[in-house]
Amino acid sequence: MVERRPVLTVLTHLVLILGVLIVAFPVYVTLVASTHTAQAIVQAPMPLVPGDQMLQNYTSVLIGTDAGAGSAAPVGRMMFVSLVSALTIALGKIAISLLSAFAIVYFRFPFRNFFFWAIFVTLMLPVEVRIGPTYQVVSDLGMLNSYAGLTVPLIASATATFLFRQFFLTVPDELAEAARIDGAGPMRFFWDVLLPLSRTSIAALFVIQFIYGWNQYLWPLLVTTQENMYPVVMGIKRMIAGGDAANDWNLIMATAMLAMLPPAFVVLLMQKWFVKGLVETEK
Amino acid sequence: MAGAPGIRLASAAMEKRVRFRSTWLPWALLAPQLAVIGIFFFWPAAQALLQSVQIQDAFGATREFVGLENFRRLFADETYIDSFKTTAIFSVLVAGFGISIALLLAVFADRVLRGAAVYKTLLVWPYAVAPAVAGVLWLFMFAPSIGIVPYALRLVGYEWNHLLNADHAMALIVMAAVWKQISYNFLFFLAGLQGIPKSLIEAAAIDGAGPWRRFWTIVFPLLSPVTFFLLVINIVYAFFETFAIIDASTQGGPGKETAILVYKVYYDGFKGMDLGGSAAQSVVLMAIVIALTVVQFRYVEKKVQY
Repeated sequence: MVERRPVLTVLTHLVLILGVLIVAFPVYVTLVASTHTAQAIVQAPMPLVPGDQMLQNYTSVLIGTDAGAGSAAPVGRMMFVSLVSALTIALGKIAISLLSAFAIVYFRFPFRNFFFWAIFVTLMLPVEVRIGPTYQVVSDLGMLNSYAGLTVPLIASATATFLFRQFFLTVPDELAEAARIDGAGPMRFFWDVLLPLSRTSIAALFVIQFIYGWNQYLWPLLVTTQENMYPVVMGIKRMIAGGDAANDWNLIMATAMLAMLPPAFVVLLMQKWFVKGLVETEK
Repeated sequence: MAGAPGIRLASAAMEKRVRFRSTWLPWALLAPQLAVIGIFFFWPAAQALLQSVQIQDAFGATREFVGLENFRRLFADETYIDSFKTTAIFSVLVAGFGISIALLLAVFADRVLRGAAVYKTLLVWPYAVAPAVAGVLWLFMFAPSIGIVPYALRLVGYEWNHLLNADHAMALIVMAAVWKQISYNFLFFLAGLQGIPKSLIEAAAIDGAGPWRRFWTIVFPLLSPVTFFLLVINIVYAFFETFAIIDASTQGGPGKETAILVYKVYYDGFKGMDLGGSAAQSVVLMAIVIALTVVQFRYVEKKVQY
């Protein structure tokens, strides 16, 4: 702040608090709705203070004893599917990208530039624009309703490769020189020098890719047809079946809260790396 | 993430002096990445191109080469043109509101001395919310008969029903999409604001420029590269990453008024089983993404320096 202006300072806090409240309101409504009975919610106006049904609602969705209009698959299982998928996508992307970035930066081989551009092109086309043919490939390979089908096609993206390439280029040449003089082979250099240096980038990338993996919706919608392979984000949608009042909104909202918790937790816990990763991968 | 490329290629010329020598190792290191993008990226993309110039019968038994017939039919189809218009309106609204609100919050957050980190934390988390969940949350708040907002609106004499009113449906998906994207824009604006040298602002203050004037004559012009970058990213977001919001809330309704292009590709391909038409739509979308990427590189790369 350059000068003291008490009125402006008060206005600043007012605007920010208002912003925070508006941003938080939908989640507050969700939280409140998840603590009432279904009947209490459908009587307009719905209550705006938390009720006493929290324990019943959450245990009911987690083990799947709901008998409402929509799907009643246990959310506990969905959370597990989501967790496995998100971890596979995040760690898979990081692993294959570290290796390919290492190859592109530290070796000279025929068609190196060609491969660089081949990987770069994949940045441009999100899954959404090629869903039809990609679905056919996955279906032909017999990967429907499997973790492989849920995750491997989403690992095909270049963002991570580029982040690591950028980072490797900033690693001083002297380190590789010294490793070579000491007689260390390329893989030894990779494990003992490059990998420890890349820890921050890996953490940053992990946060972003975990959220990306957890929040997938369209792709699971296509490749899963069995309830036991539903990730939680699309499982919620399956719970909404009828009109406004026909749904068990308290249970749907409890599921929404559960679906939001892990990624929100990761963002808040790793905020520093998350912000760094976000600004660096995109810019 | 996907469809949001912005990695600086300027350093592509940068090379390592020290290299390792091996004839087989680099290939082995590249193999996993190449296998995945080959099978799940290049092969399907080629299929999309191929299918877009073919017509297939409903059982997939015969295929016939038809040239650009699918594209001609596509652009003669009024619902497709309408979907284009819907997408244009939607992305302008999402980018406009998302960027303005985030800029306002970022400018104020940048002024705060105490508690700035708290505000930042409180504004950042919606990034973690899945688009589909965001759609469900807003659908619940605005559900015509049971939602809390329609109830409040009825008290002031306004009838809200996005199941019947196309403008209401559009407003609903715009609000959900903006809500989800604000935190992303906010982080970039805040980083941009913190990169502006304080001496510039102080010099202007000494010359007698008030906060309002300083913002429009110094801060805003210096932020223009960030703003432009976010404009492209937000349009890409509105085009491609909002499918889940729409499918979870309006499902393209009331009629087809909120069916954006990506929703139509999905609907025609998987519900309508029109593979050729859907592939042609995919090709059009690919062209749009590539055009946006080129625009981004052309302008953002040049202008991002202060």
